[in-house]
Amino acid sequence: MPSTYEPIATASGTDATISFTSIPSTYTDLRLVIVTTKNPNIYINDDFGTAYSNTWLEGSGSTAISARSTSDSSWRPYNYVTQTGSNRTMMTFNIFSYAGSTYKTALMEFSNDANGSGYVTRAVSLWRSTSAINKLTVTNIYTATLYGIKNA
Amino acid sequence: MPSTYTLISSNVLASSAASVTFSAIPSTYTDLVLRMSLRNDASFYVSSAVIKVNAITGTYSFTTLLGDGSSAASSRDSGSYQGFYLSGVNGNTATSNSFSSHEVYLPNYAGSANKVASLDNANETNATAAYRTINAGLLGNTAAVTSLTITSSSANFLTGSSFYLYGIKNS
Repeated sequence: MPSTYEPIATASGTDATISFTSIPSTYTDLRLVIVTTKNPNIYINDDFGTAYSNTWLEGSGSTAISARSTSDSSWRPYNYVTQTGSNRTMMTFNIFSYAGSTYKTALMEFSNDANGSGYVTRAVSLWRSTSAINKLTVTNIYTATLYGIKNA
Repeated sequence: MPSTYTLISSNVLASSAASVTFSAIPSTYTDLVLRMSLRNDASFYVSSAVIKVNAITGTYSFTTLLGDGSSAASSRDSGSYQGFYLSGVNGNTATSNSFSSHEVYLPNYAGSANKVASLDNANETNATAAYRTINAGLLGNTAAVTSLTITSSSANFLTGSSFYLYGIKNS
């Protein structure tokens, strides 16, 4: 059985901004797993323009809402509670067909509970570029690991 | 390249059981993933379970997002449950042979921070009661996770319920 779920790179820091560079095009999909204490933003291939959009379904602990951003500046969660001490938030981005020639789509999972505050969010995010993804920059991470997933 | 998504242990029930425990979980992985297919003997369409970490019974809190097929809602709980709350477990009056699906992701489980979890629960039975529930969970305890006990809110999980614990390495 071939290995189909492989770590590409990992990074850690305190509210660090990190970049995964030279991402190989040999996988089918990417999975980014982030542990953070602040609000992270994801930038692709050094694109700091407005080619991003997000559609969120979010629970705040009292209400459920859906919202959308268009021509956004990054992939990101909708709301966020800054956590202190030893509390952490978990995020994942599943990025499909990242090396293909169509616009890039990701499904985002965001889980944040701070014992009295927090948000649960699921989102779909789009980067309007046909370029293969070869670099991901992530802000405010505690740990971040990029995995590659092969379909064979 | 090392294998990074590894089955640590599994348990597929050949007879009913009140709980399932994964113990002596090694600290050599980065994250844990618990995948379950569940049905219990509660006299309801939908029931629940809890996951105790290291047999700890307090200091769990949750933020929840729930959809029931007609509306969405969100809620929060601090301290009511003695474990990470697992909602949307199929009860014994749910459609025959249907089991609910659950995935629990525990990042940095061996680290020294409080333990967080992302819990995804899906319950669909081609009937009136069905739920998709997502929880963010927090355990106010910094000890490394060495055991997980999944306990049914009713007497027993039923035969055929399955529990798979995976470890994920980042290198």
